[in-house]
Amino acid sequence: MTATSTERNAQGVMEFIDPVFTLSDVAVSYSDFLAVSNVNLQIPSMDVTAFIGPSGCGKSTILRSLNRTNDLIPGAKVHGKISYHEADLYDPKASAVEVRRRIGMVFQKPNPFPKSIYENIAFGPKVNGRPSKSELDVIVEKSLRSAALWDEVKDRLNDSALSLSGGQQQRLCIARSLAVDPEVILMDEPCSALDPIATARIEDLMIELKRDYTIVIVTHNMQQAARVSSYTAFFVTEVNPLGDRRTGKLVEFDSTSKMFSNPTDPRTEAYVTGKMG
Amino acid sequence: MSDLSKAGTSTAEGAWLAPSAHLRRRNFFQSIAVNVMRIGTLVTALITTGIIFSLIPPTIELLGEITTQVFGTTWAPLFLPPEFGILPLITGTFVIVIIAMFIAIPFGLAAALFLSDYASFNVRRVVKPILEILAGIPTVVLGLFGLYVINPGLVEKYWPIGESVGYSAIGAGLMTGVLTLPIVASVADDALSAVPRAMREAGFALGATRREVATKIVFNAGISGVVAAVILAFARAFGETTVALMVAGSYPKLSLNPGDPMQTMASFIGFAGIGDQPTDSTGYKTIFLVGSILFLVTLVFNLLGNRIISRFREVYE
Ligand SMILES: Nc1ncnc2c1ncn2[C@@H]1O[C@H](COP(=O)(O)OP(=O)(O)OP(=O)(O)O)[C@@H](O)[C@H]1O
Ligand SMILES: [Mg+2]
Repeated sequence: MTATSTERNAQGVMEFIDPVFTLSDVAVSYSDFLAVSNVNLQIPSMDVTAFIGPSGCGKSTILRSLNRTNDLIPGAKVHGKISYHEADLYDPKASAVEVRRRIGMVFQKPNPFPKSIYENIAFGPKVNGRPSKSELDVIVEKSLRSAALWDEVKDRLNDSALSLSGGQQQRLCIARSLAVDPEVILMDEPCSALDPIATARIEDLMIELKRDYTIVIVTHNMQQAARVSSYTAFFVTEVNPLGDRRTGKLVEFDSTSKMFSNPTDPRTEAYVTGKMG
Repeated sequence: MSDLSKAGTSTAEGAWLAPSAHLRRRNFFQSIAVNVMRIGTLVTALITTGIIFSLIPPTIELLGEITTQVFGTTWAPLFLPPEFGILPLITGTFVIVIIAMFIAIPFGLAAALFLSDYASFNVRRVVKPILEILAGIPTVVLGLFGLYVINPGLVEKYWPIGESVGYSAIGAGLMTGVLTLPIVASVADDALSAVPRAMREAGFALGATRREVATKIVFNAGISGVVAAVILAFARAFGETTVALMVAGSYPKLSLNPGDPMQTMASFIGFAGIGDQPTDSTGYKTIFLVGSILFLVTLVFNLLGNRIISRFREVYE
């Protein structure tokens, strides 16, 4: 199902057939600090795209601008244009709530609600519609199965979600985001708080999920990027001539195999081989 | 290792593990600090038990003397013959407390949610200190306002069925509500603001609106603090003396009509306590009896509150 294409437009941006996101000259600032600028890239449908790069280069910032989570931060502003399919994500007529329903997010630290496992999954469907109890039961089971958690929790759905292990909690958070039937799932270092076994399970899950969902993942783990993603974007920070703080920028975007075997930019090579933090 | 053994001028084997002069000094201050804390705890415990034990003997003595029915409808302990029907004090107390809670809980919780989840940083920076100032208004000022503004200006005009004598339970209830509202708002806001940002982000990421995040996630996650705020305000209203005495008067009328003057348990103590009650007189002992009841009810509510809080308490890192 991968919409592969090696076409490049005049600016050298890799183009896909029917991309989910198209970012044109995107920059994000926090008050008067320009955190990241000049981002041009497309994100393909039904695949995993990874954002990598050293700390502070704006990976999370760009990720959060893809579902308008930045709207919640006072002072944050997105410049340029982000298209979600044909629509302008930041069109004044577009609803951030509707955007986030379609574009879910999984965070670095598992953040289940202090409610039961069942209620964690049921929350999203309940605020987005009026499902009956039996419809909810179906959604809860389906979501937990998709997140490979059903067998572990099916007998304790009414237990507190906080009684689960960290890895289980993170899969619960993934299940919770699947329950509102999104098209895209954004994941910001979803495994950084987990042990290697729990990490491997989530990675398997991502590979599983990309058949039905578009996934964008931020990671500091090169093996993870290489293992789960088909495309990789590499960011760095550069001293901004207009200020004394460093601004993030996109160095290179290409297929993961190319990025890891024979990247165009020497900085990409240095980073993926661990010669640059 | 070799550095360490050189640094400690050791003569005996293992002496390099002995505390240095610096550490001995720290240990000395540490032990002083611990003892100061011990004494503080002890003093608190002693005062509390002291109060309880001073309440008990006169209370028991009086209970032995009382011949009239305790749950009677006439409260006249200072008259001859004295009557100890405590019902008017109970209804008076509860009418005023309930009116106060009808003001303090909904408005206080709404203010707390507004502050924690809607207000911008700047609005919050202005409103929160105002709440704290409101909480610090002397009760006698609220009492005056109730007596000279609310009772004649509002109650006597718009609550015609009451016994118009310048005093009213509803006036006292309203002012007690004003008194306890900032307690609810401030304590609940602290609890709601402490709910991790990650909870809110999770909600927004599922397509919840700001209202849904505030009422369905934040409120639930902070419920133990919200319950604590309500109980604190309740206990405060229950023991409030000045406002009840000034605005509801000191006539223990058995009534459920908030337009009537009423007496609460606390305002009875305030009222009788300033009059001259010779030690061992019936009036003197009655004050202690009512004080014991007040103490007991407050205790029960606090215990109940703690149970509710521990039931709701959810641990999030
Ligand atoms: N809420 C915020 N307010 C102000 N500045 C912010 C905010 N969030 C991020 N920044 C700044 O924006 C820049 C990019 O941050 P971002 O979190 O996107 O980096 P990142 O690439 O995700 O880093 P990491 O790998 O450490 O997570 C940093 O300089 C950071 O200090
Ligand atoms: Mg980040």
